[in-house]
Amino acid sequence: MNVSELADRLSRAVADRTAVDRLSDEFTELDLPTAYRVQRVLRDAAGPLAGWKLGVTSRAKQAQVGVSDPIFGFLPAGGALDIGEPLEVARQIQPRCEPEIVFVLGRDLAGEHCTATDVLAATAGVAVGIEVLDSRYRDYRFTMADVVADNTSASRYVVGTPVPVSGIDLRLVGVVLEHNGEVAATASGAASLGHPAAAVAWLVRALAAEGGGLRAGEIVLSGGLTAAVPVGPGDVVVASIDRLGTLELACR
Amino acid sequence: MPVTDAPGKARALYEARRTRVPIPPLTDADPSLGMADGYAVQQELVSLLLADGDTVVGHKVGATSKAMQRLIGIDSPDHGPVLASTVYRDGDTIPLDRFIQPKVEAEIVFVLGERLAGPGVTVPAARRAIAGAVAGMEIVDSRIEDWRIALADTVADLASNGAMATSSQVVPLEGWDPRLTGMTLTRNGELVDSGAGAAALGDPVAVVAWLANTLGEAGVVLEPGHLIMTGALHAAVPLTAGDVFRAEFDRLGPVTIRVGGTA
Repeated sequence: MNVSELADRLSRAVADRTAVDRLSDEFTELDLPTAYRVQRVLRDAAGPLAGWKLGVTSRAKQAQVGVSDPIFGFLPAGGALDIGEPLEVARQIQPRCEPEIVFVLGRDLAGEHCTATDVLAATAGVAVGIEVLDSRYRDYRFTMADVVADNTSASRYVVGTPVPVSGIDLRLVGVVLEHNGEVAATASGAASLGHPAAAVAWLVRALAAEGGGLRAGEIVLSGGLTAAVPVGPGDVVVASIDRLGTLELACR
Repeated sequence: MPVTDAPGKARALYEARRTRVPIPPLTDADPSLGMADGYAVQQELVSLLLADGDTVVGHKVGATSKAMQRLIGIDSPDHGPVLASTVYRDGDTIPLDRFIQPKVEAEIVFVLGERLAGPGVTVPAARRAIAGAVAGMEIVDSRIEDWRIALADTVADLASNGAMATSSQVVPLEGWDPRLTGMTLTRNGELVDSGAGAAALGDPVAVVAWLANTLGEAGVVLEPGHLIMTGALHAAVPLTAGDVFRAEFDRLGPVTIRVGGTA
């Protein structure tokens, strides 16, 4: 099993805008460490990074798939949508949107003992975000190793204007996802690992294991707070997070 | 056509409450029963309970999420009275042997400051009539076997209300939006679910307007001091003896209940 070849398959799926069979069907020995090596090949080819993202951060989801840790992926700078910029659905494979609390780092942060408190101290601001997932696997059917190799389904993202985190209890902020004017789902910040800063701290510890960390100015999407909604042309998705703001994404 | 024997059906539900033995769905015997029939039975049942000395201290609104409305096949919420005998305070132990098949739901509860009489109540008017909000937990229960409820069944059964507990500090609605207010629910310290106010009909204040207008059609008025339970912000959670549930709301603080008994 050649990790570069697996990465190529996923890159081709993006280029062709066509979903592929999950890798684990053919490569039954694909495990998480190997999957992160595949993701690393994609990361090294992705150009400048804007930051990172977390996945599988809800305890319910973890229990459902039988894991006790989240997973992480990277965010190429080129994946950012500007505020007000529409999502071109035809350029995606099978996009889904979910609301996120986004951390903007004020200074570098690294270390295998990083805590949520360390994260909050290093945070310049927090913002509402919408992540556009786009699994390269048919119908979002994948194992944990598959989705890690596929950069945790990361595709596009839009981030609102950051506000200072002091005085905000991110555990309790309300989160509302509207899809075409109807409330699709609600949550509070605790939906990500009990506290979104705890999810970011997990990421810092995971990056420490490969000798890395977060850099000042990088962003972190701290984990989907509700189930993701599939979107098509003409759809409008609005994410509102109490105390952070509201963000709208139009699809065409 | 009026429902056949509303008093008899109410009596059956009254006995089910008393004996804690659930009954088959009313709609099993008569599948044609609809919403109006359900409210006719509810009214008879409330009369029986008030005759025992209970009083109405507010209202609950249920089926405030699209998911729940689809489940029971309606396109609007339903409602029932809140009885004084079912109201608990923050920190109270609620005996399990009051219930048949209870579940817990966290919700925003409003305390009315002014009388509110529909029809014609707008959302801004409802907002003005609200004195403030408290953190709330409802214990829903069904006197119908295995929660096999159709619309008429749950409406007749006081909208499946069992009991409620609220925090004690009433927070005025100034400078915050109940739509966006977040909530986390823990059981024995473990996060169970989370939600935000918009889960209730898009806006908990709109629930109050809906209730005032719906009750107004029947000539019923919401009174100052009434508690309005605006609907669950998450899927209901079964409870067992010994559980401690804590619902914490941004802006409103926590409300905690202990589940007593061994049933």
